[in-house]
Amino acid sequence: MLLELDNVTVAYGRIEALHGISLHVDEGEIVALIGANGAGKTTTMRAISGIRALAGGAIRFAGEDISRLRADLRVGRGLCQSPEGRQIFPGMTVLENLDMGAYTRRDSAGIAADLERVFGLFPRLAERRKQAGGTLSGGEQQMLAVGRALMSRPKLLLLDEPSMGLAPLVIKQIFDIVTEINQQGTTVLLVEQNAQQALSRAHRGYVLETGRIVKEGTGQELLHDPAVKEAYLGVA
Amino acid sequence: MNFDELFGHFGQHTVDGLSKGAIYALIALGYTLVYGVLRLINFAHSEVFVVGTFAVLGAWTAFGMQDRPGAGQAILFLLIGLIAAAVASGGTALALERIAYRPLRRRNAPPLVFLITAIGLSLVLVEILGLLLPRLVGGVFPTLFGRERQIVGMPTIIEQKPLITIGDTSITNVQAIVFFSALLMMAMLDWFINRTRYGRGVRAVAQNPETAALMGVNQDRVIMLIFVLGGVMAGAAALLWSVRFGFTQSSLGFVLGLKAFTAAVLGGIGNLRGALLGGLFLGLVEVYAATLYTSAWEDVVAFVVLIVVLMFRPTGLLGESLGRARA
Amino acid sequence: MMNKLRATEARRRAALSGIADRWAALPAWQRLIGVTAFIAILYYLPLLGVPGLTWLRTDSIDGGNSWAGVLFTCAIYVLVAIGLNVVVGLAGLLDLGYIGFFAIGAYSVALFGSTNSPVVKWMQRTFELEPTWAVAWAICIPLAIALSLTSGVILGWPTLRLRGDYLAIVTLGFGEIIRIVARNLTGVTNGAAGISAIPGPEGAPSADNQIFGLQDLKPWYWLAITVVLLMVFAVRRLENSRVGRSWLAIREDEDAAAVMGVNGFKFKLWAFAIGAALGGLSGFLFASRNAFIDPSQFNATLSILFVAMVVVGGSGNMVGVAFGAVLLAYLPERFRFVSDYRWVAFGFAMVVVMVLRPQGLIPSRRRARELQDRAKEAKVSV
Repeated sequence: MLLELDNVTVAYGRIEALHGISLHVDEGEIVALIGANGAGKTTTMRAISGIRALAGGAIRFAGEDISRLRADLRVGRGLCQSPEGRQIFPGMTVLENLDMGAYTRRDSAGIAADLERVFGLFPRLAERRKQAGGTLSGGEQQMLAVGRALMSRPKLLLLDEPSMGLAPLVIKQIFDIVTEINQQGTTVLLVEQNAQQALSRAHRGYVLETGRIVKEGTGQELLHDPAVKEAYLGVA
Repeated sequence: MNFDELFGHFGQHTVDGLSKGAIYALIALGYTLVYGVLRLINFAHSEVFVVGTFAVLGAWTAFGMQDRPGAGQAILFLLIGLIAAAVASGGTALALERIAYRPLRRRNAPPLVFLITAIGLSLVLVEILGLLLPRLVGGVFPTLFGRERQIVGMPTIIEQKPLITIGDTSITNVQAIVFFSALLMMAMLDWFINRTRYGRGVRAVAQNPETAALMGVNQDRVIMLIFVLGGVMAGAAALLWSVRFGFTQSSLGFVLGLKAFTAAVLGGIGNLRGALLGGLFLGLVEVYAATLYTSAWEDVVAFVVLIVVLMFRPTGLLGESLGRARA
Repeated sequence: MMNKLRATEARRRAALSGIADRWAALPAWQRLIGVTAFIAILYYLPLLGVPGLTWLRTDSIDGGNSWAGVLFTCAIYVLVAIGLNVVVGLAGLLDLGYIGFFAIGAYSVALFGSTNSPVVKWMQRTFELEPTWAVAWAICIPLAIALSLTSGVILGWPTLRLRGDYLAIVTLGFGEIIRIVARNLTGVTNGAAGISAIPGPEGAPSADNQIFGLQDLKPWYWLAITVVLLMVFAVRRLENSRVGRSWLAIREDEDAAAVMGVNGFKFKLWAFAIGAALGGLSGFLFASRNAFIDPSQFNATLSILFVAMVVVGGSGNMVGVAFGAVLLAYLPERFRFVSDYRWVAFGFAMVVVMVLRPQGLIPSRRRARELQDRAKEAKVSV
């Protein structure tokens, strides 16, 4: 088990957003976390990457309890997130943004190799390496955000809503690359509203509703589950 | 209004304004760095500068510097002064962050609470320096004139001599040293922020603190770094001030700090190159205005410039944000 | 849901245990007796002779200042604190240049009421008046209020749209500009030499004055405390009016207030102008009693002391700010040995209060809750 959430509770002020959720991600998997707006998907991601403190429960990563570890130190453990809304650094060039992903690393040869790998996955980024991040299109920014997270050479890649606000063609492109990254050996935890794409790519999935996990299963099982179909796939 | 004097000696006033503005610019960097990252006006930064001038005075006294030392000795004392001021100012700035600002940040205090704290710290520092001064001047050479206002003269380290004279405009050696040293310090800072890994961390926190943490940037360390950097720049400004003006005073910081802050806002707060531009611009405006009217109105000029800039172009000449400092 | 209810209930109970709530729970007639007794004590204070309490008097120590004089100063500072509290505590605007309005009030009575002022001399020459003629003290009151109020509007109009921290710096600059102008415009203000012979209620200061004389300062205190009580009453009415509720809305969330139809700028300007008028009134009283003013009395450090009174006491709560003002005015007078360190102590008090108890010593309950909510939402591990 690479990542395990054990009865995790998160609260904003006096209001609880996650009421004790438990899930796990095994090495080599793509796991999808789906749910409606406000279900607590992003909050779960923020708890995993350490931006949000836990009110209860525990998070274990590669056997270590990281519940109280600072966010920036979790990157060094092999956890890296491409956050919701992409959040690239607008004033930095594409190259500098990618360098930010490798902030915790000191092996310049390895960094150079990973840079080539990212440019191989996203040739568009290679073309625009000197351009300021803020001037990229939405799809390019999403590629940059994923590429930046890859630059930390994560054991577990956390992707928060990579399809948000993108055209269907670009969404497919992004998910193709996510599958490719996974086949190259990176475990992926994916949070999505686009349940169709996410579940068809994922090995396993969880359904989150108002801060609780209400269903889990393999990607195919969930895709064909009548309740999931009705609620998230728009099939009556 | 004395237009004859202004235009008759326009070159000379320009040179004077630029060498004055260079010191404003160095102090402005401290405001701009902290504001760029934390959106906080570090009101006590002016006192960080004053601590630097006291450190220069203390170090020169301790090492027994005489008036007008030889060239070799002068370089040695400049170096001693720089180290003393950089350590004292950088240390003070760091202490402010650790003792006051960090606990407030942990509690997510509203911006005005930060500002009030900063003002309180500023008051504490001014008064402590005022109480310290009589002890510092217990030595032999510093001449105490006007005890009630506690102005302390420092020994002259470099005698002002015209270096280059073009027509009736002359640039003195001290003016040249002040101007080019300030420029050099700023170029080094600019390189550090834009070209190094730590500098990238600073810009990342300034642009998006949360994502910076997601990339593994330790925010507290970056914040300490910017306070130290701002402090060291203020220390360098303190040394140049001591070389150029040769006095200090516990209440020196108030007006000087407001002017440096004005320079930072003028150039676009959070923007390093803007601080340079704003400092030089303010130095020029001030000298020109003092020539047109009298020097009694000099301090009003900075305030009026500040109010006008904030009203009509609050993002300053070059725009805000450390992140866009490159553009 | 249950959790939330329980938390609300716990908070209600905790609040009820406070003195303020027990006070509010008393029947009206008991509260009336309490208030009357307190006011009576305030008026009795300058005569304070109860054995065991006389050590409170500042003239009970060597070289201490006149007790009634110190009480007068305290009253003036309380008036300043109440005015500044309208701006800082109620509307949430940090004004670091309050001394500017104080100075304008003081200079109003000096410039128009003193026979030594260049302005009065010019009027005497132009209108061929007696050399003893000056504007009457009573007329100077509305004059001082009008001038400081106008300057508040003039300063506020362009600057109140600025972000809070910028506003603070700009007002600081304004305070300095007023001082420098007063120092440099020698032809109008006598410059650094200052203006003497500033009148009181009985006209120019003289040994012949029956009540408001130079020796016995008790009447001055009684005058000041009367003004303070009137203003406390007026501001309290204002606080609970529509204007007061608008200030509260702006302070908590200006955007939300705008959505609800509260014109933020208009009400901020109101707060600024009312605050300025009260500052002017305090400056007016200060100058009348002092009979002499010069620009150095209106420096930025004093302006920062004013802010310290409000925030240390507890901004938003009139009892708190009045307490802060008395504390900061009285302690250095009574304990003279600390007066060398008074500014260090004030600065230190500001920092300590902000770091440990940002709501102030006697806080406004609403204010304390705002701060608590923010702290709970703080991101812990970043």
